[in-house]
Formats: sequence, structure tokens, C-alpha cells
Amino acid sequence: MSAVAETPLMRSLAIQLRVVHALLLREIITRYGRHGLGVLWVILEPVLFTLGVAALWYMLKFHTVSNIPIVAFAITGYSSVLMWRNTTSRCAMAIRANRPLLYHRNVRPFDVYISRIVLEWVGATASLTLLTVFFIGIEAMRMPRDILPVIGGWMLLAWFSLGLALIIGVLSEISETVERTWPILTYILFPLSGAVFMVHWLPQTAQDAVLWLPMVHGVEMIRHGYFGDLVPTYESPIYFATCNLVMTLIGLWMVREISNRRS
Amino acid sequence: MLELNGIHKRYRTRRGWHTVLDGVSMTVHKGERVGILGCNGAGKSTLIRIISGAESPTDGVVRRSMSVSWPLAFTGAFQLHLTGLDNLKFVCRVYGVDHKPLIPYVQEFTELGEYLNEPVLSYSHGMMTRLAFALSMAIEFDCFLIDEAMVVGDVRFHERSHYELLHKRKERGFILVSHDPNVIKLYCTSAYVLNGGKLHPFPSVDQAYEYYNAIMQN
Repeated sequence: MSAVAETPLMRSLAIQLRVVHALLLREIITRYGRHGLGVLWVILEPVLFTLGVAALWYMLKFHTVSNIPIVAFAITGYSSVLMWRNTTSRCAMAIRANRPLLYHRNVRPFDVYISRIVLEWVGATASLTLLTVFFIGIEAMRMPRDILPVIGGWMLLAWFSLGLALIIGVLSEISETVERTWPILTYILFPLSGAVFMVHWLPQTAQDAVLWLPMVHGVEMIRHGYFGDLVPTYESPIYFATCNLVMTLIGLWMVREISNRRS
Repeated sequence: MLELNGIHKRYRTRRGWHTVLDGVSMTVHKGERVGILGCNGAGKSTLIRIISGAESPTDGVVRRSMSVSWPLAFTGAFQLHLTGLDNLKFVCRVYGVDHKPLIPYVQEFTELGEYLNEPVLSYSHGMMTRLAFALSMAIEFDCFLIDEAMVVGDVRFHERSHYELLHKRKERGFILVSHDPNVIKLYCTSAYVLNGGKLHPFPSVDQAYEYYNAIMQN
């Protein structure tokens, strides 16, 4: 609609920031209320999840299977899963739940998605950081050998979760099949996503297959940073970034379509 | 000024396309009080949503060079689990207005008292309508969009809302859609009739009224 195109870019950007900020605060209050720990749950939720899984893996004696430190392995693996799993599950059906808000002209479906995605980014990032600092503090974990691949891998993973969340968000809105099967698909993707294995442990054919999944590259990259040369990693940041770019473009196009078509 | 140019709106149904608006054009100037008459199902609410920008037209252009409200007193725009005050804050943030100076006005008009800090889902229908109306009045617009079917309340609410809109905000314009010609006659200075997806302009409210009565007879 040309009414949108005629607004200068900087003004549009200011409006968008305002709207996303409003949606963010609204989302936090709706989800966590203002009683008890309130907004702290944004971080606590993923922390507790990750801790639980790490403890479970520890008790199952995963650490005797390989020379990889199990705490760092669990934290990097599960944080990565949380990142793309939570963003997508929060974006699924987000528009239907927020349809009344779209009565305000400046609130667009993209704003609803991005505010939810940002909230999950913040939660997952804070959780990973807190857990890492804590376990280094009590000496259950060593400092990451190289912080750059960690940050790079994490950011690429965030980008991946953005593209995926937009696509699944729109698909869940227009297809009941996707809405119902996506949670199932998440469960299947979880063990394949690189969270519970290092690519190096797999036989050649399995390696080739699993490296088609973009998020595997993110987890490998992050672990490359954490473990250094302890185990060879197989990430291709170029492949990961390319997948992310394609997914983001598809996602943005889909969001635009649903914005124009919505009734 | 508000300009609609060749607005078409079609919805996809299981049996193909359903046309609601079939080439609607109109111009509304600042301060103008426009009434749009139409019987049930004529597409009045669709037109209001398109004017507000809540929905995009299938075809055609909407140009707004004055600020236009959201469909007024639309109670559906609430998050039910949030309090009335939270909803006020949200709307203010979206429109870039400080909410603090507005609290006394909202308190006064809604007469919610302590309930302003309770979740909206605990409100009665009347409380919700008053809150919705107060929120849209709290933010100043050049042109308010009023879907009459949505502004339902008792006599007292009617009096107070009319006072707010018609006397306190004399210089503001509005577009009022209604199936009730008396409402239009009472408040509007120019009138249209929406019929068969087309918008028919009339030089006077009375002529619109006549035409509307004629199509209602058929």
C-alpha cells in the first residue's frame, strides 16, 4: 500500500522500534506476570532446562564415552536447541493470538514475530552466558579456548532461528497440518541437530547426511570455540550463512504475503 | 486529508472470490464529519478497517495526510489477561504518547476505580466499552473512525461519549458508519450510502437518507 511507502524510512524505523518495544513489554507481562520472579523467568526458564538436561547427561555418564567435558557439551548443545526451538514455537500461531492488536495500523505481523524472537534471543543468550560463567566459576568447566567461533556460531544460530521462526510462524497460520506436525518435527530434529553428538563421532555417511542440516554447523562452530582442538569439528560458516540468508528471505516474503492477505 | 482511490476488497471463500468493496473512492478533509449508511452486510466494517489501515485493500490506494484513529470503541483490541492500565500503556507506547498524564482522564471517564488495575477479563461488557472508548479518546487524532455497531452502551454512556466526541472535540472530524439513518442525520455534515460494493456520495444528508430508505424498501 502506498500509504506505507510514502512514510520516510527513518520515521518508519522509529515507529517500528516503538511498536516492537511496546509488544516486547506486553509479551513479558502477559507471559510472566509481575508477581514473584516476573521477568527473570525469561532467563531462568532456559537456565533450568539446560541444567536439568546437563544433570541428566552427567548421571547417564555420557562423560565416560568421550574425552569431551560433559558440562560444556550439554550446555552448548541444549542452549543451541533452545534457541531455534523456542523462537519457532513462540512464533507458531502468534498472529492468530494477537489479531486484535493488528487493529492498530502500525502493528504489523512482522512486529509480532520479531518481538517474540528477540525475547527468546535474549533469554537463550543470557542463559548460555550465565551458565558458562557459573560453571567456570565453580571450575566444572574451562574457559572457551577461542571466543570468536563461539560468538560467530551463536549469532549465526540466532539468524537461523529468525528465518525458521518466520517461516514456521506463517505456515502454522495458513496450514493446520504444519501447526500440528511442527512440534513432532521438533522432537525428531532435536537429536539430529548436533546437540547430542559431535559430527566427528559419526560414521562418514551419517556425517555427510547430518551436515545438510544448517543448525549442526552452528553447534559445531560453538563447540569448536569451547573445546579447541580436543575434537575435530566440521562446520562451514559459509554454508550456514547461505542457508540462513535464503530462509530469511523466504520468511520475510511469506510475512509480507500474510500481511497483505490477512482478513 | 484522507483519500481513498479505487478501493476493491475481495475475500477468498470456498466457492471462489467474494467481492465486498467494488471500486470505492472518497476524500475526507480535516474536520469533516462523514456518515456512511449501509444495511447489515454492506461492507461498512470492512471499509472502516481499510480506512484505518488495519486491513489492506485487494486493489486501490489509501492516502492519509492526517492522523486517523483505529476503529473506535473496538473492545476486541484488548489483551484480556492484562489490566486496564496495562492496555492503556500498550496503546500509548504504540502511538508514542506518554501515558501518565492520561491516567486521570481514563480513570474519570471509565469510572473503573480499583478495577483499572484488574485484568480486563474480569470486566463487564459496559466496563470494557468505556475503557475502549476512553483509550481511543486519550490519543488525539484528526479523524476518528466510528463503527456504530461497536459502540453500544446505556443511555448514560451514549450521552457521555457523544459529549466527548462532539462537544469537547469540536474541531475533530470523524467517519461514522451505521445502519441507522437517524444517527447519521444527527451528527454528520456529509453522507454516503454503501450499497452493492459501491459508495454513493450525496450532496446532503437528507438525500442520502431518501436513497437509503428507497433501497431498504426493495
